[in-house]
Amino acid sequence: MGSISRRAMLGATGGLIAGGLLKTQADALTVAEESAGPQTAQADPTKMMGAPTSVLGQRAPGEQPRRRMGNPAVTSSSRTPIEELPGIITPADLHFERHHAGVPAIDPDRYELLIHGMVDRPMTFTLDDLKRFPAESRLCFIECSGNGGAAYNRNANPERSPGQIDGLFSTSEWTGVPLATLLREVGVGRGASWVLAEGGDAAVMSRSIPLEKALDDAMIAYGQNGEAIRPAQGYPARLLLPGWEGNAQVKWIRRLELSDRPSMTRDETSKYTDPLDDGTARQFSFVMDAKSTITFPAYPYVLPERGWWEIRGLAWSGRGRITRVEVSTDGGRNWAPAQLQEPILSKCTTRFRHVWNWDGGEALLMSRAIDETGYVQPDLETQIAARGEGTSYHYNSIRPWRVEPDGRVFFAQGDGG
Amino acid sequence: MIRLGQSHPAEESKLRRFALVGLLVGTTLVTYGCMPDTPNGEGGTIASGTAEWPSSFSIGRDATAAEIALLDIDFGPDGAGAPAGSGSVAEGKAVYNVQCVGCHGLTGQEGPNAALVGREPRDGFPFGETRGIRKTIGNYWPYATTIFDYVNRAMPMTFPGSLTADEVYAVAAYILFLNEIIPEDAVMNAQTLPAVVMPARDRFVPDNRVGGPQVR
Ligand code: HEC
Repeated sequence: MGSISRRAMLGATGGLIAGGLLKTQADALTVAEESAGPQTAQADPTKMMGAPTSVLGQRAPGEQPRRRMGNPAVTSSSRTPIEELPGIITPADLHFERHHAGVPAIDPDRYELLIHGMVDRPMTFTLDDLKRFPAESRLCFIECSGNGGAAYNRNANPERSPGQIDGLFSTSEWTGVPLATLLREVGVGRGASWVLAEGGDAAVMSRSIPLEKALDDAMIAYGQNGEAIRPAQGYPARLLLPGWEGNAQVKWIRRLELSDRPSMTRDETSKYTDPLDDGTARQFSFVMDAKSTITFPAYPYVLPERGWWEIRGLAWSGRGRITRVEVSTDGGRNWAPAQLQEPILSKCTTRFRHVWNWDGGEALLMSRAIDETGYVQPDLETQIAARGEGTSYHYNSIRPWRVEPDGRVFFAQGDGG
Repeated sequence: MIRLGQSHPAEESKLRRFALVGLLVGTTLVTYGCMPDTPNGEGGTIASGTAEWPSSFSIGRDATAAEIALLDIDFGPDGAGAPAGSGSVAEGKAVYNVQCVGCHGLTGQEGPNAALVGREPRDGFPFGETRGIRKTIGNYWPYATTIFDYVNRAMPMTFPGSLTADEVYAVAAYILFLNEIIPEDAVMNAQTLPAVVMPARDRFVPDNRVGGPQVR
């Protein structure tokens, strides 16, 4: 069996392994082959020495989460298995991917970032230059604005896991130089109001960003979760725009051009614009509105028995902090405040929990996030009424999950829930 | 050149000293090491220190005009900065049928990749109202300059950046002709391409979502 098919097989069963439901002999063998850590579980680890130190750590053989994807393609995507991750941080190798012409292999020694246009002094910065500037780290999520498209449907497929629906969403600690620091260095010219951000990939992906955001909390990031940014996330450096749609956070950033108008690139006209039911399309719709999803229990998990369970999930808002998450177990008739896990950071992911005594009957689980602006995550019908059935992007409606008496859990948007 | 990821020799000896101290008073060091930064609530750094910043760090170097010219490939709806060159519909057809047809189809509609051609439904813009209507250059794109800008960057997918300016103007002309936006004898260049008025030109509105209780 080739390595690709082995991985595909692991990907297909990963969720079930994490849920403790299914672990075939074949899976165990494959995992052992791939990891350098303890090969097989020891009968009594207190009676033999363990494995020695090593230069690079490995996941436990039984814990091998995989991104979810269709066929590999250079213009495709892979999704973070959010239901398999216990914290808020996404391991870098599980960060979602969305590329428009594949992942470039950029030589860090030849990498340069050019800043020009309406500036006092056009300048070029090497990677070492970027790292030498006063640095900053912050935790924030990145979400593709097309995330959750499968849920924007009254007849959504019930056999979808949280990661399959909302896995174009990941959270990292990003380290880099604030873009404001670099702009201070080049001097923003009078009248400049937009910045064209351009990547060094084969799509030379480009987006126009309002200067206001560039000067507020934008960053040229080179670090992710304590290591260099991974190639798929923009190595050696990317634009980070906390709280804004992923596409605008141009990876492999090679050029920033200050200007007094947007460039009207393909990805801010043909794509990433949101048609509305009044015959217009919303453009430059950067901010990701507040959203939450239950990650447990959810498809494909099967609750083995009635009794006490903890409903768990993730909530986030591109406009600031999450102030409250409410959970319903009866399809939205009654709502109870969920417990929020610290830290609750602006434009970052917040974990929520709610203990629940399942009586063994059918239950419809929902969560709704409320952010510091007072925005309340809407249900699907409210969102359709506001935008129209055919709209694209920014699908942040409530995610309902139906628990059946036999313990199986399904995505319940098809219930009209 | 010093890589900041690597440590200087001086730093290394400092690290070694630390390691030694660490062995002696391991627990104390660990405690200090785990002290959280004072949070400012934003997940960023504490806003301080910038008062001591020089007016310039003198990091980085001036970019030359030649370097800028090499990378400055974009141009927007006003056509400022559009490269010299031109191409006719007929020339564009020749380019298209060699370079694009395999992925976008003989008439630009049949794929297998993105449909580039189509004006249906002619007078409407029902994309928000109705699910599944195919967006094309003819019924959805607000600016013709975007065709040049995008094709010049990213197409043909397998050989991006391989077309001359003449070829990109020409293939833009052909796509606009197939979309029944310009006549068969049109020639596209730095003046004529920005002057093309696209059917969806006035359909785009700024984002009116502002947070707060209203769902938009
Ligand atoms: C190998 C296949 C391939 C070839 C050859 C190719 N394209 Fe494409 N084209 C694609 C794919 C795939 C996309 C979608 C890219 C994405 O989603 O980011 C695309 C997208 C486009 C788009 C944007 C469509 C939209 O609605 O946003 C245009 C315009 C385009 N191509 C023009 C051309 C032209 C002109 C040529 C010939 C010079 C060409 N393509 C050759 C595969 C190809």
